[in-house]
Amino acid sequence: MAEQPSGAPRAADADFDRLNRDWYIDKAVQLLVFIGGISAIVFIIGIFVFISREGFGFLFGAFDFREFFFSPNWRPTSETKETYGILALIAGTASVTGLAMLIAIPFSLGAAIFIAEFASGKTREFLKITVELLAAIPSVVWGFIGLAIMNPIIIKTFNVPVGLNVLNAGVILGLMAAPIMTSIAEDALKAVPDRYREAAEAMGATRWQVIWKVVLPAAKNGLLGAVLLGVGRGFGETMAVLMATGHSINIPTSVFDSVRALTATIAAELGETAAGSTHYQALFTIGIFLFVVTFVINLAADLVVRGVRKG
Amino acid sequence: MFEATELNRRNALRQKLFRAGLGTMTGLLILPVALILGTLIYKGAPVISFEFLFTGPTNGMTAGGIFPALLGTVLLVVVALLASVPLGVAAAIYLSEYAPDNWFTRAINLAIINLAGVPSIVHALFGVGAFVIFFKFGTSILAASLTLAIMTLPVVIVATRESLQAVPMAFREACWNMGATRWQTIRRVVLPNAITGILTGVILEVSRTAGETAPIMFTGAAFFLPLLPQSVFDQTMALSLHLFVVSTQVPGMPEHLPFGVALVLIAMVLLMNSLSIALRMYLRGKKKW
Amino acid sequence: MVKLGVRDLAIRYGGAKALEGVSFDVHENEIFGIIGPANAGKTSFLKAVNRMDLFDPAMHVDGEITFNGVNVHKVRNVYGLRRRIGVVFPLPVGLPLSIYDNVALAPRLAGVRARAELDVIVERCLQRAALWDEVKDRLNSLGSMLSGGQQQRLTIARALSQDPEMLMLDEFSIAVDPVTTMRIEDVLKELKREVTIILVTNLVQQARRLADRTAFFLEGRCVEVGETEALFNDGVQDPRTRDYIEGRFG
Repeated sequence: MAEQPSGAPRAADADFDRLNRDWYIDKAVQLLVFIGGISAIVFIIGIFVFISREGFGFLFGAFDFREFFFSPNWRPTSETKETYGILALIAGTASVTGLAMLIAIPFSLGAAIFIAEFASGKTREFLKITVELLAAIPSVVWGFIGLAIMNPIIIKTFNVPVGLNVLNAGVILGLMAAPIMTSIAEDALKAVPDRYREAAEAMGATRWQVIWKVVLPAAKNGLLGAVLLGVGRGFGETMAVLMATGHSINIPTSVFDSVRALTATIAAELGETAAGSTHYQALFTIGIFLFVVTFVINLAADLVVRGVRKG
Repeated sequence: MFEATELNRRNALRQKLFRAGLGTMTGLLILPVALILGTLIYKGAPVISFEFLFTGPTNGMTAGGIFPALLGTVLLVVVALLASVPLGVAAAIYLSEYAPDNWFTRAINLAIINLAGVPSIVHALFGVGAFVIFFKFGTSILAASLTLAIMTLPVVIVATRESLQAVPMAFREACWNMGATRWQTIRRVVLPNAITGILTGVILEVSRTAGETAPIMFTGAAFFLPLLPQSVFDQTMALSLHLFVVSTQVPGMPEHLPFGVALVLIAMVLLMNSLSIALRMYLRGKKKW
Repeated sequence: MVKLGVRDLAIRYGGAKALEGVSFDVHENEIFGIIGPANAGKTSFLKAVNRMDLFDPAMHVDGEITFNGVNVHKVRNVYGLRRRIGVVFPLPVGLPLSIYDNVALAPRLAGVRARAELDVIVERCLQRAALWDEVKDRLNSLGSMLSGGQQQRLTIARALSQDPEMLMLDEFSIAVDPVTTMRIEDVLKELKREVTIILVTNLVQQARRLADRTAFFLEGRCVEVGETEALFNDGVQDPRTRDYIEGRFG
């Protein structure tokens, strides 16, 4: 028999064109991973479908567009007339998120610039790890911090009767969102090619001039994406806001007012409702609203950040 | 000729101030958190003991330990992992090894990003509508874990996909040229070199799952249960929910107890994350090509 | 006997033509050389033979290639086809497995499990690839950490471990030093008794040393095919071939 290069005798010229076990296994794996691949799409659609399913009764029943979006009266358990206006809730979410961004944006930008442009070696490593660990703290722990630590501090420092308010939740949310925003902003700054910096320095610019005039403008897409992501996070945050904002449903006029956020309302009231009741369905409708808003914000953030990776 | 001019001196000063200012800002971001963590440790440490971790609550939940909650969290995490890791790894393999560069793949990636951005309470609503009601699992470990699994799926997918894509194309082509099927190539060359990356993602998922409260609140976790769960169709206690309730809804709660619970939870999460970071750093040193 | 038949082969990437109107036969147990300047379509030709075009959505192949008389485009189990054909590319690739596992991979895929049998195959292939002496004491070390020249010989050992009927080498000596090149050339001369060899090379003299017949590819066409001796000794049909051989361009 003819000998083969490996030393084993060569089989008779059997046809190689048979569909064997390996071929079938490969096809099966292809199918399985495809199912895995589309699962994300299935789940996103599924989320929308199932929350709509529970909320539809309200949407096609007691829902009144003008009342829902423009009335601050959220009184689903009223004995006289139930009203389902979420304006105050939107104001609660917006005020807390707004304050949080006011705090988080400058600090995370500053920290990002420091880490990306000035820190090096061990310091940089240490800071990046710290930021990563900070981002991992669960939201219920942040809520607890707002309740147990920030609350007494606010009462004592500002001499107000209640420490669970926009200020408390805003600071907490700011501290929560800042690490993630810092990471993304730092990525955006690092993505600016070194040759931009080198060109500016060759012209005699100082470090801060390079950053201010060259790096920041070049990274603005990524930085904007970081901000959007922070806003999205603030909008969707549940536990921390639930525990730190107090329980009054009203449009806030000062940072010391207690408010209620959209997310917190669902969390606080769902357990008390009967499945299928109008109140229950209205809460699901708030969920639909939250889903759509955060979907849009995250879509925008991704489009903006994607622009950075390509450029 | 090259002496510092007045302009240079001013610029140098401004630069120093700038750097100091930024450094301070970074410090200000970290410092409050350090203080907060310090307070947690200071107020919570007295409560931590062997009994605290391994016995159950007593006296109307105002004393005793947190064992059922700890156990519950572990159960929820394990079941969630069982559901999400195979699915997430499969999805990542599809995206890294099979998916063509077209609109459909972009849609999948978009869905993953959005899945990660859905508010946790909306995941809770989905869990109620889908698993508790539609699939009739009732409020159970199963419903809660599946809700958690879908919520943390993106973490596994992204970590796995990145570690798969880090394997150079040349290795795959060498195998294909030898007549290996795609799966054989993945199984023997690509996947083994991505395992540590996958592990990093799994650890991250564990840490996130353990800390979540809203998704389990209405799908399977309860505050006061007299018995430990006997099957996945039972409810369970959970550490995150326990913290929420002891700090907001139990009258007569001694001050240190919630701090103790918070300390255990945060220690658990930070430990997991540190493990993941350490694994990543170890990976970086071990080059295989 | 015709091992590989090529009829009117045309290859394009999207709208760009890489090869056109190529026809020739490769006979069993010969060394068939392909020479020509860069971008003449030589590598595309090799890819079309073992159906690696399936992995490139932009690559379109028209015409007919037959292997053992079977049209490679009509083959159902494309993996079986690829197992019969070993390929060595210009850039060496050591898989991130142990050296032993690198060479044992193909036999394992073919179903060989017995350790004793694999030992024999691994040693034989590494000997043939002129690598055994250098690595025999460290078969467990990573193949991807060897030097470039060693990785290239490892690639050749892997190709041999497939027990291929045909071996295609694409400019294998680029990453290899001249001494090792000589050793491998000796191996190829031996191998042709068992294996059909297609040798794509930009070293005209290498073709002269090794190839029985040689084809000259230029700008996507096969200009000429003939007995190597004839091509180098004024039996050339086409003036462009003579110009290339004599080094006037390329």
